[in-house]
Amino acid sequence: MKTDIILAGVGGQGILSVAAVIGDAALEGGLFMKQAEVHGMSQRGGDVQSHLRISDKPVSSDLIPLGNADIIISLEPMEALRYIHYLKKDGWVVTNSEPFKNIPHYPETDKMMEAYHRLPNKIILDVDKIAKESGTSRSSNIILLGAASPYLNIEFSRLENGIRHIFGRKGDEIVEKNLEALKTGREAVSS
Amino acid sequence: MKKQLFLGDEAIAQAAIDAGLSGVYSYPGTPSTEITEYIQASPLAKERNIFSRWCSNEKTALETALGMSYAGKRTLSCMKHVGLNVAADAFMNIAMAGINGGMIIVSADDPSMHSSQNEQDNRFYGNFAGIPMFEPANQQEAYDMIYDGYDLSEKLGYPILFRITTRMAHSRAGVVTKELKAQNPVKLEENAHLKYILLPVNARRRYKDLLRKQADFLEESENSKYNRYFEGTDKKLGIIACGIAFNYLQENYPDGFQNPVLKIGQYPLPKKQLSKLVDECDEILVLEDGFPFVEEQLKGYLGIGIKVRGRLDGTLNRDGELNPDKVRKALGREVISYYEVPSIVENRPPALCAGCGHRDVYEALNEVIKEYPAAKVFSDIGCYTLGALPPFRAIESCIDMGASITMAKGASEAGVYPSLAVIGDSTFTHSGMTGLLDCVNADSNVVIIISDNETTAMTGGQDSAATGKIHAICKGIGVHPEHLRSFVPLKKNFDEMKQIIKEEIEYRGVSVIVPCRECIQTLKRKKK
Repeated sequence: MKTDIILAGVGGQGILSVAAVIGDAALEGGLFMKQAEVHGMSQRGGDVQSHLRISDKPVSSDLIPLGNADIIISLEPMEALRYIHYLKKDGWVVTNSEPFKNIPHYPETDKMMEAYHRLPNKIILDVDKIAKESGTSRSSNIILLGAASPYLNIEFSRLENGIRHIFGRKGDEIVEKNLEALKTGREAVSS
Repeated sequence: MKKQLFLGDEAIAQAAIDAGLSGVYSYPGTPSTEITEYIQASPLAKERNIFSRWCSNEKTALETALGMSYAGKRTLSCMKHVGLNVAADAFMNIAMAGINGGMIIVSADDPSMHSSQNEQDNRFYGNFAGIPMFEPANQQEAYDMIYDGYDLSEKLGYPILFRITTRMAHSRAGVVTKELKAQNPVKLEENAHLKYILLPVNARRRYKDLLRKQADFLEESENSKYNRYFEGTDKKLGIIACGIAFNYLQENYPDGFQNPVLKIGQYPLPKKQLSKLVDECDEILVLEDGFPFVEEQLKGYLGIGIKVRGRLDGTLNRDGELNPDKVRKALGREVISYYEVPSIVENRPPALCAGCGHRDVYEALNEVIKEYPAAKVFSDIGCYTLGALPPFRAIESCIDMGASITMAKGASEAGVYPSLAVIGDSTFTHSGMTGLLDCVNADSNVVIIISDNETTAMTGGQDSAATGKIHAICKGIGVHPEHLRSFVPLKKNFDEMKQIIKEEIEYRGVSVIVPCRECIQTLKRKKK
């Protein structure tokens, strides 16, 4: 069983935290994993991505080959499309619907949705809105992870443990907020 | 032992600690920064009193590492690839002198230039200096190579160059760690001066020693577990895969190799294994991230001997990092993609953060130099290089650490007026101070803006050696106090900022302006 995940977003949106939680959960589950991430210059408001590969056998390449991603998780709708050539034919896209507009020629929503229309498996969620409504406004990224959780081949409880490990340093309150966010995201797609 | 999730950089750091490290000496630079940061944050490193404070630049770092090694302790020095250019004088001559306590120098190369101004392959430095090199394929290997590398360095009496690339540095995987070793005590060598005083009489002898040692280095490579030969039945093609390129190859052969494969993880190149591969295969394909370092050595300049494919004949792209798809194509297989990236997807370049002080500096500067159409602004390496992009388009250059000041000086001497430099605080103390001294000594007509955000921001907010010292340094170098100005870069001070910049452009001589406001990223972190 192998799951290739691409995480996408804009520098500062928190995709590396999502990657860290999934990575922790995978390792706790005794799985092999590799996770390539982008540091440095791009983190200043540029596009960032992370390749995350989880398997019950050792993983070779740190990067996912084209046409191989089982799922693209994106905190921004245009950023998911930037990596769409990596998606498997029957792969899933789970994305935030709210654009992050820090460039002058951001595409029109209609045109973007047209591109999404062609994809067989997608979940488009306004996680920013869900975050605000559920009182976890700083955890949009973890809500999105919750929404993607059914497609990761990782037990939900392991993701919860991942949150406890990764956010543990920041105190119980932050851990609780993020656990709540994870659940909220999961519920948003299972209803 | 339990597997821990480590970035390549973190695996290196943990291995060095476990191997009995006593000091890490570095200057921040993507993708090497996290190695030193990890040691700085490690409770174990603290308990063991491992020195880990940032140095002013890579040269001071490497020289200090040598001092620690001289005293018998194990030491690490980490830098990005272009950082080794700064430290090259020390590097080349440490190879002549040799070491006492084990020394590993990490060069984190950046093929594809994710965060760099070139993609130089520092394996050439290893060959240039004539010292052994490691190049790990995965995080576990990175750990093991560092852990064992200290023993090897001490056994041979020479430093080891440890070459990684961005993917290795910033990719995470599970790593099993080893037993914690004791740190070396201070142990001085007898007659150390005969090694370390590189006067010609000693240097000539040391060079002969280094040349003689090459045979030992080669033997180590040929017997290294990191240089592994995989037998294969299809001998039409033999494949050499260096470092992380091996992963991309393996990705394309999930059930084992059909062709003979030589995996390279330690240099100098193992002659025995290379000869075997060349003897039994009709053609050789070289997979290596960076320059065609192995390919060129194998092929020779005229390419009339062995049939070699790789980056030089177009089988692989000549520039840019490798990936599993490029390797797949080089193996003659099809790469299938199901969805095309729609043309509406726009580039999203990095930008200065909202609220960043550099923004205010550039806004004021742009406003003032509207009145001086001939003005040229030379810049440097740091966040403020993003002043090159819209909406600012404020700068003319970004070459290497410190070059803003010296280029402004040269341009001014050629007749450019006004000639300005924009440099950050950390870059100034890294390599700008000597250039400023040149300006003062020549009484150059330049305006140097040291945009001080009290941190090394681009690499993630490491301590800056310049914090609180810039005025004293400039005064000490001889900048006239009347033309050593400062302001707080904020919208409300806009008129004052413009006035100061204008006055200093009008002054014929060396002016230094120090806009000072803390980086908003480090400020945010402190508030949390």
